[in-house]
Amino acid sequence: MSSIIGNINKAFDHRIRLGIMSILIVNEYADFKMLKELLGATDGNLASHTKALEKEAYILVEKSFIGRKPNTRYSATKKGREAFKKHVEAIEKLLKQ
Amino acid sequence: MSTEDYLKDITEIKNMMNKSSRFFSLSGLSGILAGIYAIIGAAIAYYLVSNSGRDYLILHSKIFNYILIDLAAIAILSIVTAAILSNRKARKNNETLWNGTSRRLLAAFLIPLITGGIYILIKIYSNHYGHTGSLMLIFYGLALVNASKYTIGNVKYLGYVEIILGLACAIYPGFGFWFWVLGFGVMHIIYGSMIYFNHDR
Repeated sequence: MSSIIGNINKAFDHRIRLGIMSILIVNEYADFKMLKELLGATDGNLASHTKALEKEAYILVEKSFIGRKPNTRYSATKKGREAFKKHVEAIEKLLKQ
Repeated sequence: MSTEDYLKDITEIKNMMNKSSRFFSLSGLSGILAGIYAIIGAAIAYYLVSNSGRDYLILHSKIFNYILIDLAAIAILSIVTAAILSNRKARKNNETLWNGTSRRLLAAFLIPLITGGIYILIKIYSNHYGHTGSLMLIFYGLALVNASKYTIGNVKYLGYVEIILGLACAIYPGFGFWFWVLGFGVMHIIYGSMIYFNHDR
């Protein structure tokens, strides 16, 4: 039991962060606008959650320019994918009990 | 967290994975209309050929050109209808018609379709038009199967049906017209209705 709880990841303990990871698992990458539209979050809110995930090295943030417009692209890292998979498996085990 | 919270998390994960990778606003009604256009277009072609004094088609004749125009009109009308109705459905779902998922859907759909279209044209202009109906069905079916991973999942079954009809049509090329009516007319109406009743309303 304790090992299952141990796998529940605090970093994903929020609807927006869970959403960001879910999107980045099935998409090669997503930009800020796409995440914002899908999750219905405000700029500031989304920025703070992406920063938290970046700090854990679960997502990769790439800043570039499209023409003159700045563009921020997010993708899931290998570490992020593994952590997310463990998290989902832990939830599934909890639900089966 | 309680069991209920975890269930909600799982639902949210599934929802976001689907929503971010599939375009769900494909209009079923436009499928039904495309089927009706195909049947009307086929009836016009049938009328043209049976009134030409022969019961077969001659390449590069006036009637042959009319039939090419007829086919192009069906295709254009179907595409315009699909774009308009899907746009309306997308707006209702708070989605935009032109986003990452619809772009991927379109690319996956168009690559086999355009390849097939060019191939068929090359064959027609080198006087090999006997398998046109079969090739149209097969390439259209492959395009649907390829695109289905970016939209409503059961589109792939329509693709399988079109491929099977196309292969059957290759065995019986004499019935090409009827296979075409079945594949592009009747099947669109059936699958369009299924999408309409399951997803549109």
